[in-house]
Formats: sequence, C-alpha cells, structure tokens
Amino acid sequence: MNNKTTLNLVEIRPSPHIKGPRSVENIMRRVMYMCIILAICFVLQYGMSALLSIIFVTGGSLLTEYYLCKTKTQSSGLHDYSAAITGLLLALTLPPGFPLWMGFVAGAVAIALGKGLFGGLGYNVFNPALIGRAFAQAAFPTAISTYTPSMLPNRFLEIIPSTLTLPMMAPPSLKTWLEAQQQTLTNLGNGLDAITSATPLVLWKFDFIATPYFDLFTGLYTHAMIGVSPLLVILCGLYLASQRCLNWKIPVSIILSAACLAWALHSYDPSRFATPCFTVLSGGLILGAVFMATDMASSPTTPLGMWLYGILIGFLTVMIRNFSGLPEGVMYAILFANAATPLIEKISQRRVFGTGGSDKHMRKGATYPLHPGYISREEHSAVTPEKVIMKHKPKPEDRRKPQREEQ
Amino acid sequence: MSFLTYFRSEAFSRGSHPPPNKSRTESLPIHRMPFCDKIVVPLSQHIGKESKPIVKVGEFVQRGQLIASADGWLSVPQHAPVTGSIEAIELYPSARGVWQKSIIIKTQGGSSQTKISGTPLNINDKKLTESDIVQAIWDTGMVGLGGATFPAHAKLSVPKQAQVHTIVVNGCECEPYLTCDHRAMLEYADDLIRGIRFAMKATGAIRAIIGIEDNKEDAVQAVEAAIEKVAEELKANEEGSIHCEMVPTKYPQGSEKMLLMALFGVEIQSGALPISLGMVVNNAGTLAAIGQLLPKGESLVERIVTVTGPGVKKPGNYIVPIGTPVRFILEYVGLNDDYPSHQIILGGPMMGQAIASIDVPITKGTSGVLVFRQPDMIEADRRKIYPCIKCGECVDTCPMGLNPSALGMLAVSQEYETMAEKYHLADCFECGCCTYVCPSNIPLVQQFRVSKQILRERAASSK
Repeated sequence: MNNKTTLNLVEIRPSPHIKGPRSVENIMRRVMYMCIILAICFVLQYGMSALLSIIFVTGGSLLTEYYLCKTKTQSSGLHDYSAAITGLLLALTLPPGFPLWMGFVAGAVAIALGKGLFGGLGYNVFNPALIGRAFAQAAFPTAISTYTPSMLPNRFLEIIPSTLTLPMMAPPSLKTWLEAQQQTLTNLGNGLDAITSATPLVLWKFDFIATPYFDLFTGLYTHAMIGVSPLLVILCGLYLASQRCLNWKIPVSIILSAACLAWALHSYDPSRFATPCFTVLSGGLILGAVFMATDMASSPTTPLGMWLYGILIGFLTVMIRNFSGLPEGVMYAILFANAATPLIEKISQRRVFGTGGSDKHMRKGATYPLHPGYISREEHSAVTPEKVIMKHKPKPEDRRKPQREEQ
Repeated sequence: MSFLTYFRSEAFSRGSHPPPNKSRTESLPIHRMPFCDKIVVPLSQHIGKESKPIVKVGEFVQRGQLIASADGWLSVPQHAPVTGSIEAIELYPSARGVWQKSIIIKTQGGSSQTKISGTPLNINDKKLTESDIVQAIWDTGMVGLGGATFPAHAKLSVPKQAQVHTIVVNGCECEPYLTCDHRAMLEYADDLIRGIRFAMKATGAIRAIIGIEDNKEDAVQAVEAAIEKVAEELKANEEGSIHCEMVPTKYPQGSEKMLLMALFGVEIQSGALPISLGMVVNNAGTLAAIGQLLPKGESLVERIVTVTGPGVKKPGNYIVPIGTPVRFILEYVGLNDDYPSHQIILGGPMMGQAIASIDVPITKGTSGVLVFRQPDMIEADRRKIYPCIKCGECVDTCPMGLNPSALGMLAVSQEYETMAEKYHLADCFECGCCTYVCPSNIPLVQQFRVSKQILRERAASSK
C-alpha cells in the first residue's frame, strides 16, 4: 500500500502492444540456411568448379547490394539476407562450369536489375535470381547451355577448364576435357557409365531418351546432368513450409498442374510427350517450384491467387517444354507468372466478411438453426415455441423509448 | 457444452493465437480494493453525449447517489462511487489523452461507505414490463463493460420493427492477460443468469446462449451449474431456455461478428447489427453486473478490473470503485521497478490504450490495467519497419477477409477513398491481428485508424 511508485518513464505506443514471433530476418535466415544446404549438395556433386561458381555469383550479388545500400538507392541492407538468397539460388541454376566472370556479372545484374531497379526488398516484380539467369541466357547462350556431368571421380582435384575463362573471353570447348574424364572413368573400371554433357531434358527433347526416375530424383548415383537433387529440395521445402517461410500452396499447385497436363499429353501420345513423373522430376521444376516461384514479393498474397499462380506456372512450363524450341521452360513460366501476379491478385481477392456470398456461405457450419422456434437440442418439448413467441411478440407501445422523469 | 464443439474445426475463418498469458490471474479470486482519497468520475464514460452534472462543488454525496444525469438516449447517468464531498468539477486527463470534464470527489475518511439503493426489481415479478427493466438498467448507468461502453439500456431496448429471439452472451474474453470476465462468470454465475433473464425479459428473447472459450472450462461448469439451478423456474415461467456453449480459443473471438460466426455459422451483413438477425450480443461481465444491481436497486459504482502484467508484483482481479486513479492501483499492487521505463495499458494488449499519465481514472469500460516493463514491450529492433514483402500473413489472419497488405500500401500513398470503396476499410474493426503477425513490422492497424479518422473528418467537413 505504501510502496511509492517510482515511474521514471512511461512509454506510450498505439495498440497492439504485443508482436508475433515472425520477422523478415527470421524468414530470410531460414530460407538462406536451406539454400546453403542445397549449395553444399551442389558442390558435392560437381566439385571445385561449383564451389567457385557459387562464391563468385553470390559475391556479385552481395557486392551490388552493398553498393546500392551504400548509395541509398534502396532502403534495406545486407542484414536481411535477401541478396545472399538471390545469389545462392542463381548459382544453383547455372551450370557448374559457368565462367566465373560471367557468374559475377549475372549475380550483379540479378540484384541491380531484378531488385534495385524496383526499389529493393519487397518491391521487385520478378524473382531477382531468375532475372539474373534470364540475363545470362541472353548474354552468354553458349556458356549457359554447356553442362558437365556430375559425380566425376576427380571433381575435387581439378577445375572445369571453362570456369577460369578470362573476362570478356568466350569459354574454351570442353570436348577434350570430357574425353579425358571418360578415359579416367574407364580406367577406374566404370567404363559402362557413358558420360554425357546433355541434361535429361535435352536428351528427351531431341533424342527421346528418358533418364531413370531414381537417378532424376536423387541426382547422386549417376553422371547425368541433373542439378541439385530434387529429393533434397523437397526436404528443404517441407521444412520451410512447416516454418511458414513459404506457402505450400504454390509448389503443390505447380507440381500438380504440371503433372496433370503432362499426364494428359502423355496419354495422348506416349512416344512424343514425357511421362508426368519425368516432367516433374527433370530440369529445374522442383527447384523452381519450391524456391523460385515462392518468392514472396513476386507471388500473390491471396490464397486463391496462390493456386491460380501455381497452376499458371505448371501449365506454362509443360507448354514451353513440349511446344517450343526450348528444352526447359520453368524460368520463363515463373517470370511470366510474376508479371501476371498483379492481375491474379485483382481477380482473387478474398470475400469480405458480411458482403456478397450466397445463403450457403451464411449458414456454413451452423450449430443452431436461426429461426426463433428452436429452443434446445436437449429439451425440444420444454416450451411450446409458438406460444412463447406470441406471448413475447413486441407490442408497439412497449417498444417506445422509456421516458426519463426529469428531476 | 456440446459434443459437436469437439468436431468443429474452426470457429471462424482465420484470426490469430497470441499467447494468452492468463495463468497469473485466472485462479485468483476477486478481491475488493480499498477506496482512494480522491475519486475522479469523468462525465463521458460511454458512447454518446456526456452526462450533465447535477451536484455543486462542496456538496456532500453518498455512495451510489446520482451525481450526473443522462443527456439524451445514448447517454447514461453517473453515480458517486464513494461517500464524500465534491471537490471540483473540472477538466482532468483521460485515457484517450484528451482532458475531459470530470467530477472530483474527496472520500470521507471513516465513512461506512454504504450504498444508497433505489427500487429493487424482482425477476420473478409477473407484472414486470419490458420498459420497466430498460428504465431500471438505464438508471444504473450501465454500459458495455467489455470496453465498447455502448449504453446497455439502448442495446436491450428493441426497436419497433425488430424482434429479438436470442440473447448471445459474450464470455470469450479473447484478449490475452485479461481474466475479469472469467472470474465474474465463475464467482457470479448466479448473478449472470439473473442478468440474462432480465435481458431476455427486456428484449422478449426466448433463448440465451452463453459462448465461452474452451480455455475457461471451469467457468463453463460454473455457468452450467447455475443454469441447472434455475431450470425449473424458467420452465414454470415460460421464460425460454439458457444454454452454455464452448467455442475454440482464438483471437478475436470476443468480437460479436466472430462470436456469432462461431456459434451459429452466420455472417452479419457488412454494416448491419446483430439485431438484423434477431440477436443481441452482450458481454458476460455486463449481464453479471445487471443481475447483481437490479435486484437491489443499486447503481454501477464499481467494476472488476484485472491488474496484471510482468511489471506488477501482486496481480489479481480486483473490484475497483469507478474513478480510482491508476496511480492508486499501481501503488496498491506494487511495481517491479527494476527497469527504468514502463508501459501502462488500460484494457488488453491487443486493443488496449497505453496511457501517458498514471493519474487517469478507471472508467466503466476499463477491463484491465496491464504493466509492461522494458523487456516485455515490443523490442526496438522489432519496431524497425521493413517494406512489405507481400508474404500474405495479414491476408491469412484478417478475420474480416480484408487485404491489409493492399490497404497498407494505399494508406501510405494516401488513397483513402480507394481504401473505403474498393477495399472495405469500414469493415475493419481494428483487432490488430495484421500488425501482430506482420514480419515487416508495418503498423497496419495504426494506419487504418488514421485513414478512418481522416475519412471521417473529410465526410464531416463536406457536409
């Protein structure tokens, strides 16, 4: 009672006075950890060249972001991890033997054109990593389509010759290096494993050779050019979805719609169109669906919008793969859907509580019927409802406001 | 309690689950707090015009005596919360920050503090008419004790054209920390049922449903036991039936729209009141107070306040005379002053008001006093605002189905008319869920409050 209050400072702030546990850093840090896991897997598959490529691409992104923040072109800084995620994801989509200087330029362009141009974190219309890749595809078409086989025996001892190309120079041809690698394999007794520098998608597109599903799924037991293991990507995606760092609706709708369309096409002409399983597992579909399409800033916010967006990506991917000159279509499908996002959001706004809606909406999950005749579930016969209603029916004179006596 | 509640997955779509933090006070019985030397009764403790004082400075008033009369239908009378003399009628700081005209009473030391009572109403009186009850409720000065402070008599008097068949009793108390309604339902269950019967008689309703969140099972049991006691009487008088229902715990369940969605699965049309569906929603604390006051003919001079928060040494649920300054309450419960700065909130943490001066009095709508120390407040780094990353969390959580992300961007670009016309700004009831979940720390609900105020001012100036 007599403990005097010694309040030195009272802070006032508008409500709410408590805050949920999530923050931008939190989400971005988790996504970055998952990207690092994928990068480690990528390095294990492709060796030293992949490591160098990741370092240079991510370095390009981080330096550009640092410069843009320094010159105050954009508000956020390096500490929100978004530039690191962009760099890592971009590196994962590039071939492991991609010349380092090209990788650096692609990383810088991804941040400058993909994010800085629009105003930084949250304002980007397109996924920055895919902008970087689209730039690389346009600027260095030969280098970006030169793949090297994975799981080569001496991948940690030597570097793919094209990696160390001097700036502004075209990468050397990998023909002799590939022959040497084949020779090494034969010497080791694995001569049956013919290595190829073509991706499974290219093999299917031009030669109709299907890679076994298990190899496609794990990416660890074959010399085929598969990229990051879809199995690992799915595991990382499950973790992120459980932490609500990405919305599960987007990858699920992409994979389902791609599989459905591929199934329809495959049942129409099995010799020309790949099976749904191959379609989903090959190329960058899983990586794109889990890590690229779910970029929050460039995907819709409404639940219905997310389904539409995912379906659009899955549909476009299969269409581009099967009916265009390109073997892979995930990148363009996602970029196109990013562009369509404002439109999708416009048509997919949630129904506001208490507006529109049918009778069905209004009665969804009703526990009690609304009509006044209903008294109780337990004692139906307790009171005769009609009688009570008639008795309590408002009389006009009783409904007037009670007049207060003046004092 | 219905078997079906266990199978109903969602009470209403979306909403959030802030940590309830109720464990410190939910098991503490209601205690009476001593009288403060100085009591400040603001004349505007309710929606509507402020009451007209009918006492003069220097006059002696007894506890429960009428000191200000109602001015118009949406206004309520005020009564003296203590026996003492009127010290002044002047402007005094209020929780909203503005200074309000208040009656300041100096408590008489050594007084027995007995209440004056008027004509008692007996619930079993056959001759009791609807207008009698409404008038009696008006005379008590009762307002919605949950915080909205809408005059209770106005809510319970049914307009000519309408017919009410159901009284819905809101016992959700979804705000974290607050336990005053929970304790009231537990300890004053009989009064609550009596209050419900008064409300049913006043409106002509034939059933009442008490909605209680499933984290208050003891309250459900207490209320069901109280219903059991009067079951025979209800049957004999043909008064209809009273039920108790459990609803899943979720914020903001205590909003009447959300509660009706949880109980009946109905949506109130945008802009309409529950009376359009033949229902009237009342706070459990309000009805318990009505059931307590009317049979004795007393008036509303005190209320139950939860005083809690990490900064409080002796948290609890207290009966506090209306007009007690917050300073007195904080001195009574003791503060943990190991940190230099505090935040004192009247109401709950999601929708309550932080006060700038601890001299402001407790009013009829104050359900809690919350004290946060430095580490309990939102940390400085959680107040750094990032750009919207369009994660969609706010869209997922908004109980009204609005798009807070889009609304926030429109508010920044000052397109208030678009917000109102295309994005249903008027439907936002400022529950604060969007700000609570926003990872970018954007003050969304704060922006909406400002936008609404600007729109209101524009509408007023264009008239």
